[in-house]
Amino acid sequence: MISIRNVTKSFGRVQAVRDVSLQIRAGEFFSLLGASGSGKTTLLRMLAGFEAVTSGSIVIDGQAMESVPPHNRPINMVFQNYAIFPHLNVRDNIAYGLRRLNIPKPKQAEMVDEMLGLIALPGYGDRRANQLSGGQMQRVALARALILKPKVLLLDEPLGALDKQLREQMQLELRLLQQRLGITFVLVTHDQEEALTLSDRIAVMAQGAVVQVDTPTGLYERPQNRTVAAFIGTMNFFDAVVHRQGMPEVQVQGLGRRRLNGQDGGRPDGTAATVAIRPENLTLHSTQPGPGAVEGVVQAQQYLGGRQMLHVAIPGRTTPVAVAIQGPGDAFISSLSPGQNVWLTWKDDAVLLLDAG
Amino acid sequence: MAEPQIFNRHNRTLAAYAIGFAVFLYVPILFIPLFSLNSGLYQRFPMDGITLGWYAQLFTRGPVFDALQNSLQVGLSVALLSTVLAVPAAKALSRAVLPGKRPITGFVMLPLVVPGLVFGVALLVVISRLGVPLSLYTVALGHVVVCLPFAISILLPRFEGANRSLEEASADLGENGWWTFWRVTFPNILPGVVASLLLTFTVSFDEFIMAFFLSGTDATLPMYIWTQLRFPQSFPSLLALSSLILVASFALVFLSLWFARMGRTDTSLVSR
Repeated sequence: MISIRNVTKSFGRVQAVRDVSLQIRAGEFFSLLGASGSGKTTLLRMLAGFEAVTSGSIVIDGQAMESVPPHNRPINMVFQNYAIFPHLNVRDNIAYGLRRLNIPKPKQAEMVDEMLGLIALPGYGDRRANQLSGGQMQRVALARALILKPKVLLLDEPLGALDKQLREQMQLELRLLQQRLGITFVLVTHDQEEALTLSDRIAVMAQGAVVQVDTPTGLYERPQNRTVAAFIGTMNFFDAVVHRQGMPEVQVQGLGRRRLNGQDGGRPDGTAATVAIRPENLTLHSTQPGPGAVEGVVQAQQYLGGRQMLHVAIPGRTTPVAVAIQGPGDAFISSLSPGQNVWLTWKDDAVLLLDAG
Repeated sequence: MAEPQIFNRHNRTLAAYAIGFAVFLYVPILFIPLFSLNSGLYQRFPMDGITLGWYAQLFTRGPVFDALQNSLQVGLSVALLSTVLAVPAAKALSRAVLPGKRPITGFVMLPLVVPGLVFGVALLVVISRLGVPLSLYTVALGHVVVCLPFAISILLPRFEGANRSLEEASADLGENGWWTFWRVTFPNILPGVVASLLLTFTVSFDEFIMAFFLSGTDATLPMYIWTQLRFPQSFPSLLALSSLILVASFALVFLSLWFARMGRTDTSLVSR
């Protein structure tokens, strides 16, 4: 549906987007995820046509977009601040794009009513933009774009301005809407949780480049580098060196030698690397469970509702190791308090080996 | 007792200064309507008596109405023309990626500080060299030069305060530049346009120097007042006329400023 080929965007000497290539499929919910300044919004604005590409090409639905101005592109956008026209009421906002299509007035009214139903705001047609809440403006912006039946809907941080509860509700609504309509959605967000819950696939961006494109599960379980691993969820990182004499092993700072089950990616002997372990892949024990376990001291406990996070200090490491425990935990877990000695174990498969950095 | 607030503390010196300032600015002007009510021919205290007779006398003077009509014609055309010219200028100065935008803005604002005398003489030279006869048209031309900076300075903040993404949204929804301007930009700058019309009309209506140099046989109202100043017996009715102009100008400028501010806080709700 969308083909982005070697797209670069420079503002003067600053390269906002560097050599990005992406294929976005029809009917897909695709997210551009990155911190502010990662180039994700610039990329989206190039798709919409508000910024020209410096080099490379964008093809939407088989049509090259170089010389196509924004008003002729088969896409619509939901803006970060919604951009609801303040001088028009809700009906006229939603019907705004219909003028050009030469649709008779009664048919237009019918389409607007249908949209008001879709966004669950029937009877709000006569309200002004300044009489709407953030969530309602968000829905009107959606309806205004969707009434034109675009092939692609672009969403620029559409939920950023909403409070947490409303945001979660709107996330669900967005996902259901996208599945019902089958339109390709391209979402820009800095919120990794939002990207993970909504998307079919995510492109993680950093410093103008795409770092990894994968499904949410793929990104979480198989991050290709430290940037992605750090950006998605919580991760424990350890400096390590690869050892290849005999069994493939890795010498991990604070954890000693560990076996590698093919995670090394063929790195030669002596390569500096990073070992990453998710907090939920670590297990806590009250006594030494066997060889390979690491002893540490509980430093802090974080209660997070459905789960809790324990921070365990281990020798030879400045930052404590984060250990996640689902649910309330057993008697041993609930008896834990800062200062207590514990033992940590994990499966060899839970270890990710990444490039040092 | 709360801590003394240095910046909110009542300052007698400053207050006295402010009052003195206002007195200096406006009290002389207040003598005009005051003496327009004086029944005597000469402006002095004690006043001879109170009368509205000078106002009544105004209506018996034919040339006053001719001059008023001329001023209205010039004022309306100048307001329309300078505002129409200022809208695209202000749009360009706030939106376009333009090298040297600041110097250009400064250049456009220059008539505000160049003495009217200089501008008047310069225009007179050019116009007479071109062989164009002096008329209300040449007065209007001079007034457009004077009024453009006012119109632009009213409209520029409107464009700058407007939410850019509204225009992008319009483009995104399929409207080209022309339709976007009329369906989104114009409604959002409309209060500024009204303010500009009112202000430029007032400036033109009150302007004297350009009219002095550039008018032919038809006089504008300020020109008429100037020519009548020689006759002591007509002076009281000129004071009456001036009082009326004063009130009308105050009202128009006040209205203009009110329009210029209108809706500005509303748009900030959805602006970037």
